[in-house]
Amino acid sequence: MNNKRKELIVSAISNGTVIDHIPANKLFQVIRILDLEKSDKEVYFGTNLESKKYGRKGIIKISEKYFESSETDKIALVAPTATLIEIKDYEVTKKTTVNIPDTIERIAKCFNPNCVTNKEQVPTKFKVIKINGEIKLACHYCEKNTSQSNMVFN
Amino acid sequence: MKNRSLISINDYSKEEIMQVLELAAEFEKKPHQNLLHGRVIASLFFEPSTRTRLSFESAIQKLGGNVIGFSSAATSSVQKGESLKDTILTVCNYSDLIVMRHPVDGSARFASEVASVPIINAGDGANQHPTQCLLDLYSIKKTQGTLENLEVTFVGDLKYGRTVHSLVIALCHFNTKFHLVSPVELKLPSAVKRHIKEANLQYEQYTDFSEVIPKSDIIYMTRIQRERFPDPLEYEKVKNAYILDNGMLDYARENCKILHPLPRVNEISTNVDDNPKAYYFEQALNGVYVRQALIAAILGLK
Repeated sequence: MNNKRKELIVSAISNGTVIDHIPANKLFQVIRILDLEKSDKEVYFGTNLESKKYGRKGIIKISEKYFESSETDKIALVAPTATLIEIKDYEVTKKTTVNIPDTIERIAKCFNPNCVTNKEQVPTKFKVIKINGEIKLACHYCEKNTSQSNMVFN
Repeated sequence: MKNRSLISINDYSKEEIMQVLELAAEFEKKPHQNLLHGRVIASLFFEPSTRTRLSFESAIQKLGGNVIGFSSAATSSVQKGESLKDTILTVCNYSDLIVMRHPVDGSARFASEVASVPIINAGDGANQHPTQCLLDLYSIKKTQGTLENLEVTFVGDLKYGRTVHSLVIALCHFNTKFHLVSPVELKLPSAVKRHIKEANLQYEQYTDFSEVIPKSDIIYMTRIQRERFPDPLEYEKVKNAYILDNGMLDYARENCKILHPLPRVNEISTNVDDNPKAYYFEQALNGVYVRQALIAAILGLK
């Protein structure tokens, strides 16, 4: 009975990827950074769902979509607890947790408007650091830290 | 250090910092040495400066070298829309070393990645100013006889002052005790305080200036800039709160010295200038020796 009700909350997909265990308050940021608003595939999402591990979680299901590592790096930065589940013909074919990379290049923007990466044609480069448990991007050029709430991706 | 750019004070280890300071002491004893004969140093100041540019050019000329360059972006091809990369690649063809100041944060690091000659960062926006930091360290060592175990007080704009950030980070090598005096709006950023914490050193923050004077071996004054305040009223409230007057130094330690990266506006009363504790003009002179030392070390001439 319980399982059935859970199924109904967010529809199953035949082929594609499920992003599970997204912190509930990060769901919309993940949707934004993956640019899902522009997707022409079936996309389902839910948030504030019950989770045994995390209390409340968000989930996204995207049909016919499998992610590249540059995309999973972005997910890891805002939702480090996320799990990626690949589905083929209704079966789970692969289940991975996202890994926070040590460095990221090109995919994120520096929040400092006076940084050389925002003024000249210079690709961004960051070290990923953790301060008091929060992930931040330390800019290789201007040495300023971009916090999670300021992260904008290319 | 040979052939390596100096972009951020973090690029140098404690040992390398000490090497530069020792070499600077040699140049102080003998400033005129013909080490740079036939060498060309480019001095690219995309943003105006008095002390930094002139002390670099003085350092180069005392070493017998030649200087080429410009003292504002207005007199370079930047005005025609040339990119920083193109300017740097061009100047590399004409020089053995580039000294550069630029208003954009991170511009010096980027320049060092495209340049075929070493770059010395003479200030990149609000980010780093490592040669100022080295001359500050030299001034502290010279006046106190050591860099170890001192109590250093920073006063004024600790939020935006790049010289403050670099010096605090560098002093973390030397078991310093930090006293940080500023209005609440201009406190030292947490990213800089993290360095103090990681080094397991102590710091205290104050909004009142007078109580820390008797505890200080060095008082490092900075200018509070009007343009840092979104609300002009806020600036008016704090602008006169951190002015050092000669009378306040009655309770200072015997060995205490006053430093200031200059330019000064009104944060040090002119009646302090004749006090033997005032050291800011000698501090500016030390910049020449430190820059001679850096140029000689980076070009492998010492």
